[in-house]
Amino acid sequence: MINYIIRRLLYVLPVLLGVNILTFVLFFVVNTPDDMARMQLGDKHVSQAAVDNWKQQRGYDLPLLWNDGALGFEQASKTIFFKKSMSLFAFDLGISDNGRDIVADISQRMWPSLAIAIPSLIFGVLTNITFALLLIFYRSTFLEFGGLFICIALMSISGLFYIIAGQYFIGKLLALTPISGYAPGLDAFRFIILPVLIGVVGGLGSGVRWYRTLFLEESAKDYVRTAKAKGLSDLQVLFKHVLKNAMIPILTGIVVILPLLFMGSLITESFFGIPGLGSYTIDAISSQDFAIVRSMVFLGSFLYIIGLLLTDISYTLVDPRVRLD
Amino acid sequence: MIKAVNTLSLILFLLFLTACTEGALNNPYVVDEGMNKVIYSSFSERPKHLDPARAYSSNEYAIIAQVYEPLFQYHYLKRPYQLEPLLAKFMPSVHYYDVKGELLEQSASDKDIAFSEYNIEIKAGTKFQPHPSFTLPLHKELPAIWDGKSLYDLPMATRELTADDFIYQIKRLADPATQSPIAGLMANYIVGFSEYSSKQSALSKQFPALRKTQRLQSERMQGLKKIDDTHFTIRIKGKYPQFINWLAMPFFAPMPWEADEFYANPVLVKKNMTLDWFPVGTGPYFLHENNPNRRMVLVKNPNFHADVYPYEADENMRQQGLLVDAGKTLPLTDKVIFSLEKESIPYWNKFLQGYYDVSGISSDSFDQAVSFSAGGDVGLTDDMVERGIGLQTAVTTSSYYLGFNMLDEVIGGYSDKAKKLRQAISIVVDYEEYISIFQNGRGVVAQSIIPPGIFGHITGEEGVNRIVYEENDSLVRRSADEAAELLTEAGYSHGIDPQTGQPLVLYFDTMDSGPDSKARLNWLRKQFNKLNIKLVIRGTDYNRFQEKMRNGSAQMFMWGWNADYPDPENFLFLLYGKNAKAVYGGENAANYQNAQFDALFEQMSTMENTPKRQEIIKDMLVITQQDVPWLWGFHPKAFSLHHAWYKNSYPNLMANNKTKYINVDAELRKAYQAKWNKPVFWPLVFVLFLLACLVLPAYLIYRRIERAKAL
Repeated sequence: MINYIIRRLLYVLPVLLGVNILTFVLFFVVNTPDDMARMQLGDKHVSQAAVDNWKQQRGYDLPLLWNDGALGFEQASKTIFFKKSMSLFAFDLGISDNGRDIVADISQRMWPSLAIAIPSLIFGVLTNITFALLLIFYRSTFLEFGGLFICIALMSISGLFYIIAGQYFIGKLLALTPISGYAPGLDAFRFIILPVLIGVVGGLGSGVRWYRTLFLEESAKDYVRTAKAKGLSDLQVLFKHVLKNAMIPILTGIVVILPLLFMGSLITESFFGIPGLGSYTIDAISSQDFAIVRSMVFLGSFLYIIGLLLTDISYTLVDPRVRLD
Repeated sequence: MIKAVNTLSLILFLLFLTACTEGALNNPYVVDEGMNKVIYSSFSERPKHLDPARAYSSNEYAIIAQVYEPLFQYHYLKRPYQLEPLLAKFMPSVHYYDVKGELLEQSASDKDIAFSEYNIEIKAGTKFQPHPSFTLPLHKELPAIWDGKSLYDLPMATRELTADDFIYQIKRLADPATQSPIAGLMANYIVGFSEYSSKQSALSKQFPALRKTQRLQSERMQGLKKIDDTHFTIRIKGKYPQFINWLAMPFFAPMPWEADEFYANPVLVKKNMTLDWFPVGTGPYFLHENNPNRRMVLVKNPNFHADVYPYEADENMRQQGLLVDAGKTLPLTDKVIFSLEKESIPYWNKFLQGYYDVSGISSDSFDQAVSFSAGGDVGLTDDMVERGIGLQTAVTTSSYYLGFNMLDEVIGGYSDKAKKLRQAISIVVDYEEYISIFQNGRGVVAQSIIPPGIFGHITGEEGVNRIVYEENDSLVRRSADEAAELLTEAGYSHGIDPQTGQPLVLYFDTMDSGPDSKARLNWLRKQFNKLNIKLVIRGTDYNRFQEKMRNGSAQMFMWGWNADYPDPENFLFLLYGKNAKAVYGGENAANYQNAQFDALFEQMSTMENTPKRQEIIKDMLVITQQDVPWLWGFHPKAFSLHHAWYKNSYPNLMANNKTKYINVDAELRKAYQAKWNKPVFWPLVFVLFLLACLVLPAYLIYRRIERAKAL
């Protein structure tokens, strides 16, 4: 397995290089260094000299990908791409175009994102699996039909509606939780109840239907019939055997997103005033901050690849038949 | 029964609430400030800069104008806006010099004045806020025991403000490394500014290891002269009376060199603790907590100099209770908490719960807050009145206009035909309707470039733009027939372009071409349609739009301008020929160039606010109304709501340091918050009851399934 992991990690390098080049090209097709400077300097009283000065101070006065004016290796190294993007491979995210240390920003903002994302994921998965198994248990009864009807109704409603309605009813009319806001430490609990609750309820419809499909497929297999023939109750069969055997598709969906959880959710964090990373990349794209955009895309790609690797490893834990060679 | 259910529910609910709060369950503040004088405010996006040399937007000024103080400020209550000393002891004396450096009489003509020198005396004894940068050993090394969380855990000190701090800040403005947005502008005025800037650029290349403070202090700027610790002079080129308005902006707030030296520490840079984020000022508050992703907290500066609430105001203001705190020591509150609130809906709900003291009115909540009487007067809805909420309105010193590119072959130019085409368009684009539909009535139609509240604005019938409105009636738009007649005279009979035989096609460039703007753009098309002109919308992104404006390749565009200072020059320069954007890179986006207008502008710009100046401005306005480089658009009207406990609030569109005048009645706020935020538990119990109701049939089915045959 070690060999497999090393091999997969080595695949990371060309993938990340490709992602880096693609990000760079896409960004600079839309924005020029002059545009970036004008965006940072504002609309009023901006002269070309100020723009040139900004570019010089931030290292954007070099050619983009190839420096004809340089010699040898410097033709590639004395470029914006090399200066700005290659340091990422050493995980040196550097300073944003706005002058802030990116690592410090990420390490400050990732915790509130995790404070929402982890409980939302855990409670969401547990609730979805439980309800899905119950729907299987109550198959062909009015409880299943009613449950499916509710699931489809929940799926049909926009996620934004859950947030606005939740804030209005629970935060405003019932006055039970703060409408928005955040506090570090244990105080965070009061502020995350509502977003987590809304996250769980909002994902219930699609989640339950997805897991129900998995469990339905699993419950039609021979071993389920054998277990029932041996006299096990339906509940025991479902929660002990079907659930265990359906773990591979469940893990495929969950483990891969685990490393990305810290990147947060744009809409939830925006409406609940959570100081997380949800809007970090979007804000950077709006403000044409290439330093942040390249760092976040790089980090996102890297973590996604790690997530896929973890998923593979997790298969070996839940299914002894799986070997990574 | 309901009470018992509520009690039971409360106990259940509290089991979940391990992190209890002292206030109501929905209180978004962890620490209940109780009876403390605290202002609760918000910000919707993190400020880009808090360095006074770089900050230039209203959300940045909301913070730094409370921390940094310039030499002068706008009187809080006096109208028209009036400057008064802040850190300066007096208003400056200005001396004029000729090209040889000889002192001139005060009455010298503008053309003889080669330099103006501002002689400034500052108040002695003013101290900076407590800050670790004044503990000099910290410049070399930070204590090992410091956990790096708050600067205010480090040993702090202060020192007295001197003239050097003002000079140092002006040098920072010129330093290319600072990237001040006004560096280019100031280079046109302050003597030696450009040379100093070039020298600093050369020094930083030549000696990259040289510390910034050493580099800045090693050179002298020719136009700055320190007389003694409390006196200095600034020499500028020519006569530029508006310079004093710049001196009232945070750009010219004093900066201690120690702050630059302290923040150069790489340990602090790595923690994002830089001068751009952690200000060091003399103002009424200092920034105690700075997490731009969550909240920023200003705390009363213990070293704040003597400053009192103003005594002078007109009778109307007195009746509004604006002089109740006259003579009291400022600031009137101990703390200001700015919380990040990106979305308007939660912000509005929290305002209604009493957790924010003031609120603007978004279009979503407009009908809930504001009602119009039969006579068209603005008022609050009954619900707002019952809550004790107050409404303030003020026409902003801004203009939102539709500009014509005067360099364009079709719509631009100065021929009679071109003028008539633009005049016809100006008649049919109905801004009264625009304000009513898209602004909820919050705005006044502009008659000229100068908004109300700025010297030169002409009120009443005299100020009405007669190109657009009837001669005899004050505000009745000319008819579409008259516009069509002008269009015919312009060579486009019935809107037909003689070259193509088809309706005339005009192009409107805009950044707002998404679904949100669809209605507005359709409305604009409809206006041009009145003349059978086909308007083509060219949607473009921010970068390309700016590029088109710089190149002068846009035909029509919508833009706005917000006053830097209350002087007509700050608006009229938007049409000054030498500021033409496509020609000189200035702020004249319409590229309007009229020699007569330019001559009058040059004459007017250096004058005091006299009747003569008013006459010149009037002539300038008539010229521009005839030429129609813009559809004058509208001046937005700001609507602001505040709770009953929020005192001394009064619109002042020029002052940024208004927070120090605000008072709060904390007792009243607490009472209202308790009244508006009583928790209601019975719906929770109802939901639990519903779930319990499902358990019984579920159990019955479970029994049936369990007893059924397995196979």
